[in-house]
Amino acid sequence: MKKYRVLIAKPGLDGHDRGAKVIAKFLQESGFEVVYTGLHQTPEQIVTSALQEAVDAVGISVLSGSHNYVFTEVVELMKAKGIGEIPVFGGGTIPEDDIPPLMEKGVKALFRPGTPLDEILAKIKEIIG
Amino acid sequence: MKRDQLKQKSAAWESETEAGLKKRPERKEEFQSLSGLDIKRLYTPTDLPDFDYEKNLGFPGEYPFTRGVQSTMYRGRFWTMRQFSGFGSAEETNQRYKYLLANGQTGLSVAFHFPTLKGVNSDHQLARGEVGKCGVAIDSLRDMEILFDGIPLDKVTTSMTVNHPAPALLAMYLTVAEKQGVSWDKVGGTIQNDPLKEFFAQKSYIWPPRESVKLLVDTMEFCAKNVPQWHPVSISGYHIREAGSTAQQELAFTLADGIAYVEAAIERGMDVDSFAPHLSFFFDAHMDFFEEIAKFRAARRLWAKIMKERFGAKNPKSMWLRFHTQTAGCSLTAQQPLNNIVRTGYEALSAVLGGTQSLHTNSFDEAEALPTEEAVTVALRTQQILANETGVANTIDPLAGSYHVEALTDAMEQAAVEYIQKIDDLGGMVAAVDAGYPQSEIMRASMEYQKSVETGEEVIVGVNKYIAEKESPIPLLKVDDEVERRQIERIEDTKLNRDNAKVDACLDRIRDTARSGDNLMEPILEAVREYALLGEICQSIVAVYGAYEDPAVF
Amino acid sequence: MDYAQEALNGSVLAGARLIRLLEEGDPAGIEGLKKIYPHAGQAFMIGITGPPGAGKSTLVDRIITEFRGRGKKVGVIAIDPSSPFSGGAILGDRVRMQRHATDEGVFVRSMATRGHLGGLSRATFQAALVLDAMGYDIVLVETVGVGQDEVEIVDLAHTTAVVSLPGMGDDIQAMKAGILEIGDIFIVNKADRVGSDDVVRQLQVMLEMRDYSATNWTPPVLKTIASKSEGIIELVDAFLEHRDHLVSTGILDTRVEERELHFFKELVKEMAYEKINTAAGGAKKYAMLTEALKKRETDPYSAAETLMEHLKVDM
Repeated sequence: MKKYRVLIAKPGLDGHDRGAKVIAKFLQESGFEVVYTGLHQTPEQIVTSALQEAVDAVGISVLSGSHNYVFTEVVELMKAKGIGEIPVFGGGTIPEDDIPPLMEKGVKALFRPGTPLDEILAKIKEIIG
Repeated sequence: MKRDQLKQKSAAWESETEAGLKKRPERKEEFQSLSGLDIKRLYTPTDLPDFDYEKNLGFPGEYPFTRGVQSTMYRGRFWTMRQFSGFGSAEETNQRYKYLLANGQTGLSVAFHFPTLKGVNSDHQLARGEVGKCGVAIDSLRDMEILFDGIPLDKVTTSMTVNHPAPALLAMYLTVAEKQGVSWDKVGGTIQNDPLKEFFAQKSYIWPPRESVKLLVDTMEFCAKNVPQWHPVSISGYHIREAGSTAQQELAFTLADGIAYVEAAIERGMDVDSFAPHLSFFFDAHMDFFEEIAKFRAARRLWAKIMKERFGAKNPKSMWLRFHTQTAGCSLTAQQPLNNIVRTGYEALSAVLGGTQSLHTNSFDEAEALPTEEAVTVALRTQQILANETGVANTIDPLAGSYHVEALTDAMEQAAVEYIQKIDDLGGMVAAVDAGYPQSEIMRASMEYQKSVETGEEVIVGVNKYIAEKESPIPLLKVDDEVERRQIERIEDTKLNRDNAKVDACLDRIRDTARSGDNLMEPILEAVREYALLGEICQSIVAVYGAYEDPAVF
Repeated sequence: MDYAQEALNGSVLAGARLIRLLEEGDPAGIEGLKKIYPHAGQAFMIGITGPPGAGKSTLVDRIITEFRGRGKKVGVIAIDPSSPFSGGAILGDRVRMQRHATDEGVFVRSMATRGHLGGLSRATFQAALVLDAMGYDIVLVETVGVGQDEVEIVDLAHTTAVVSLPGMGDDIQAMKAGILEIGDIFIVNKADRVGSDDVVRQLQVMLEMRDYSATNWTPPVLKTIASKSEGIIELVDAFLEHRDHLVSTGILDTRVEERELHFFKELVKEMAYEKINTAAGGAKKYAMLTEALKKRETDPYSAAETLMEHLKVDM
């Protein structure tokens, strides 16, 4: 059976990696191969990593308020690099109002704080298809 | 009643109660604190077999300071109500400060945006989208002048939450004081400047562990000589807890950081009693009420012992663990946000019953954004109600002597002692960080906690129980993206209106001093006065110290 | 999309996808591999192995920088263990190398061991081949060596570097058995730590006891401080020196030939088994013969012959 391969990234200068690491660990325990980029990534670094690693999905954790910039930029860059079909998901401190516009721009799932891990897992599998 | 008799009676009561459980079972098989300590059905004097009032508690203001560091505590004056705030530009934050002071807040506390915390300028590539979002944007002295415009620095005390770039921000603050005509001996406040926890908690590091401790000692040395009322470090457990640690880990790692700093300062040749009275601490107040109170009390007692026994401090003030508390940001929920007011209230109460010196109460909307003026007002009022209406501040350490609280305090201290021993065995906190020890401990704890939330073992109201079908949205503070553009413009303008040759010379001197190992504070002050940018100053140091990279320990 | 052709034309996307197909054991991957094969054989394959915490990823990061400075394109395959419980993995070696993420002359691919404990999966060999064919001059393969199982790295790498660090103490003694055999270069990383000279000396003593007449190469022991980029230039020089040595002595050609032969044999074996499973009645016959063997009704030689006859393979 094909393994799920997912990239988990922390963009920008924000160092709050608890969520990113818990998700990465949880996905690993659920049988995923998780490519972890670590902290302080630019959208370009995230996208070229996703490209080289041939992942099935890209997950981004943002707690810095820069979600509108980061997700938009990553989705655009992925399209430009020919990997626009790889689903992008994310989480962190993203106010509810900001979610619909980002989904319209092509983000496939945004998880609010408190979303159960099982629900996140099911959704990631669903968007990977 | 004799102890033996009591022991027998307790045992009899326990077995009788156990027998009745078949008919009327308890809610759970086992009861545990939020951090996994076993909680018994009942506590009696038998749980404190070696209890000795003088040894375990003593009197307020007396060793081992379990009951508090001052002799009158809140009967003298309430804790300092210090709301951490900062957003957008220096102008906007300056207005918020004036609002808070007008509403009865008694001290300022600066939240910087991520670029400042990481020592880079607002025009840095990685700063895109983050400028002014989680704190105020400070790129140079110019922003700092605006931030404190109209706020006399001899009349307020200020706390600044910034770590690796702390020497530069302290230099900016002191330069603003100079320009206001306030002499440094009248400037009071705290700068967090706690570099080690950055490697395993907040992750706003710049340079490597050893170098970061060296720079901390530079500021300690400088302040001891020049800014006597300033606290050059606030040894912080808050971020450790927020990164997912248990209460025991928070306590232990914080004190272990403190031990590393004291050792480094002594190694520099400073007398322990010359700097230790200026050390301060910062803890998280999480949801498990009694556990938190026990943590605060154990912290005071254990630190006093460490300073006296391990470092041979003579001055009682060197043994004081004075601390600021913030209610737990990670306990806030995005769901049913008004519930957060209640959570924050209980957490604040635990901090007050634990004897905190100052307190920040979170606003109910902070799971998703920085607080609105309305939300921050409710948060401040929460403290004011606690102080003025509940009567909890009328007597000192009111929970002392509670069998439960004393037993928990002992358990908390014991757990911390074991952790500190382990860290000592690894060669101290710097070596432990190199080995990834606190990182992996926190990772494990945060995973365990998350799983207990998943299974519902840990209930979070509104999240995994009592979920609302429909939630009504609350208004959130939005920081305009214009701030970023204006901030970048200001950087350009600053560069045009300063003597760039002088700035270059100052930066050269910073590099030279970093190489020589001398104290960096004076060269940094010089650079700040010439309007060197924060990023320029920090990069000059990085050129010598190197940049730290997180090893991503799982 | 013809991934093989596109990869040869320089498409990172196609190369990445071809590697993924190979990793998943997709037959389309093998077709692609055949196509790119003639273009491979140019890259210098370097293996980096050593225990967890030795700083291998940081070392690889600095080696990339040095090779880039010398105008070489660099491919990296960084291998982390799969969890034996979940089969999942956290692949975190990239973290140390992200400064190169946007450099078009660098391609980093993380891989999980997927059950090949410490060693290399076939997909690793195949991925290295793809990077080679895509024109990466240097292919660095980083594996966690824990004692015995990293031996396979030498099947892939032309030059194998073994990383150790100060404070390993007895571990050096323990590792000598497997690891001294495979190292062409020994690195003592984190050499600014106490005890680095002891490790260097211990290694030298152990290496002196060995016989190098077959290869005429005595492995050097080099000190590095990867976090401060110290000793990296010397290390890269040593890699190239070893490479030159392998070329001038003809050892390189022999090693490559041996590797190809080894692969060929492996594949033949695999295909024979595959054939047993796919041929009409093959699996049944195989099971019958197994049973007969258990009951000692036949011997292994006759059983094998019978099976080959059934498959119509001439012995």
